[in-house]
Amino acid sequence: MTKAPEKTTRSQVKDAPKNAGPNQIDRRSFVKDLLQHRGSGLVVTGLGSPTWDLFASGDQPENLYSWGGMGLSVSTALGIALAQPDRRVLALTGDGEMMMGIGSLGVVADQAPGNLGILVLDNERFAETGRQKGLSSGRADLCAIARGFGIAETMLVTEQGKSADLAKFLFTTKGPVFAVAKIAVTEDPWKLPEKDGAAISLRFRQALGLEPR
Amino acid sequence: MATTAISTTAHWSDDVFREMKARDIKTVCTIPDGGLTLLLKKIEADKGMRLVTLTTEEEGMGVVAGQWLGGTKAMIAMQSSGVGNCINALGLPTSFRTPCLMLVTMRGQWGEFNPWQNQMGQAVRPTLEAVGVKCFAVDKPDEIGETFAAAADMAFNGKLSAAVLVSQRVIGAKGFGQK
Repeated sequence: MTKAPEKTTRSQVKDAPKNAGPNQIDRRSFVKDLLQHRGSGLVVTGLGSPTWDLFASGDQPENLYSWGGMGLSVSTALGIALAQPDRRVLALTGDGEMMMGIGSLGVVADQAPGNLGILVLDNERFAETGRQKGLSSGRADLCAIARGFGIAETMLVTEQGKSADLAKFLFTTKGPVFAVAKIAVTEDPWKLPEKDGAAISLRFRQALGLEPR
Repeated sequence: MATTAISTTAHWSDDVFREMKARDIKTVCTIPDGGLTLLLKKIEADKGMRLVTLTTEEEGMGVVAGQWLGGTKAMIAMQSSGVGNCINALGLPTSFRTPCLMLVTMRGQWGEFNPWQNQMGQAVRPTLEAVGVKCFAVDKPDEIGETFAAAADMAFNGKLSAAVLVSQRVIGAKGFGQK
């Protein structure tokens, strides 16, 4: 975290995938546009860039930021969705984090919460650690994997202008729903939220009227 | 909530189930173990409870934390080998300061037949303690209920991670029909 990543443009990524669409979506503005439609939705991030994206889009108590526990964003969002059936819950994560917790899609399908949406911001890279190539850059198809686990409703988005359609899908279609947005490999300014997990979780529970107990 | 008296019931799973209900634990995540069979059957049969079958135990750290964040008490029940899958994931409830209650049935600890269980079975307590989980080992069937109650109260009141380690001495060593 001490050294900012070197600037890389899309054209410099020599091993860019051939089968994955144009990857031209700008993550920061896309997430901000998307979350304009969140309403009372609760948003849970996977560690790294999705956390910075969420914070950059606007801080609020209903944001549950993660700085660790790689692979657990969908599981955490599932736990919240089952406990709060009247609130919409969005898991907002990256492709590497999703791959590490890929089995949790099976658990989501089995529990079938109608109020849970999952969005993978897929740049096909481990962006935080040096943009090493991830498995979604190759033959793996995340939407097909989700459907294979039994999540019937999936959406692949490759255009910046589709944020409103995606928001409608994630926040209003009966869940569980799963989407992948193919995003560009970009360099974005650091936008770091609170790191104290106890403060993040307490604020979140207060927003739900659960604290003080 | 006070811990309870010595068991008068037929099987330790009845005691644990009673203490779960007394504390309004509504969700149990699991990768099943033979030693948990009776308890898991009771949970599955209870309309007020939810059994969440996982693909790997660390998912339970996320689900249990998420349940607390959404206002529901949850826990995980698993075999000792699953503890190894949870170690990094335990950073999540610790960082969020959300309770993480674990019920672990031990293998590789007492008369084990399968040597592949031994490494993790022997490492359960030191690894859990290395990441700050309070361990409650119990090897007498009639003390499991009260031990579970004590661990649950510390976990939920203190918002910490606590594990009840049920000895293989209670469960019995599995022999695969061999001697």
